[in-house]
Amino acid sequence: MNPAVNKSEDTLNKYSFNIEGGNFNDAGTVSTRIKSILKQKGLPNDVVRKSAIVCYEAEINIVSYARKGTVNLTITAETVEIEVIDEGPGIPDIEQAMEQGYSTANQQIREMGFGAGMGLHNINSYSDKFDITSEVNKGTFLKMIINNPQSTKDL
Amino acid sequence: MDIGTIAKELNLKVISASDKMKNIVTGGYTGDLLSDVMANSHEGDIWITRQVHQNIVAIATLKEHAGIILVNSCEPAKNTLEKAIAEKVPILVSDLPVFELTGKIYNLLAAAK
Ligand SMILES: Nc1ncnc2c1ncn2[C@@H]1O[C@H](COP(=O)(O)OP(=O)(O)OP(=O)(O)O)[C@@H](O)[C@H]1O
Ligand SMILES: [Mg+2]
Repeated sequence: MNPAVNKSEDTLNKYSFNIEGGNFNDAGTVSTRIKSILKQKGLPNDVVRKSAIVCYEAEINIVSYARKGTVNLTITAETVEIEVIDEGPGIPDIEQAMEQGYSTANQQIREMGFGAGMGLHNINSYSDKFDITSEVNKGTFLKMIINNPQSTKDL
Repeated sequence: MDIGTIAKELNLKVISASDKMKNIVTGGYTGDLLSDVMANSHEGDIWITRQVHQNIVAIATLKEHAGIILVNSCEPAKNTLEKAIAEKVPILVSDLPVFELTGKIYNLLAAAK
């Protein structure tokens, strides 16, 4: 068996963060925190950059649309895994929501520069693996995986 | 080229992080749609925008921009300024419209290469 794989299983690094819906004052705090953890762990710049982008978009969507949510970060030697779970209205048509330019953002959100309908599309293109499921009136679940081609040890 | 040189050449008003004028500008990005800037701008860019909401500071921090320039003499919101000072993100203000300012900065950066 590949020793790097063993190592990754031994050194699971897990973190969890809460996000409050509607609070644009703190929007981006969780992503900034996650980025600094990944940097401090010595992960490659490209992995940090992609993780920050997908995390930010998911965080802003919770602030914009949901009541509250949680971000779970798991770092292994080979991957950064970001799970984002929220309680909120859910997404009735995921395929439509994934389309570039589709947005239900209200005027207040648009005035701040959000609501271009690009967030989910960006998450999809910057993740190596992206899963999204949603239940109307319950919430939305995202899972993004960013591969670390350099297999960072000593996390 | 550092951000201080751009500020001087183009008569920009520095309103936060004046101790960061040595930040090196390696490129630029112009945009008001935050998801676009998030996805397509690069580390070391100077970001030209007319958004004044505090979310611009989080984006500039996450993307490690050299700084932010607000166009058309836009003033940042009060909490934007507070956040920029705390996070040491330089915000500068230009009285030029976005097209002209972008062109001038593009030329400055191209000439410096
Ligand atoms: N967590 C969520 N809960 C409920 N609806 C969501 C959630 N995330 C996205 N949506 C819906 O999907 C649409 C598209 O989301 P996406 O992030 O792609 O674009 P946006 O947020 O509208 O604009 P941008 O991200 O470019 O600022 C949203 O307008 C919203 O209707
Ligand atoms: Mg979005």
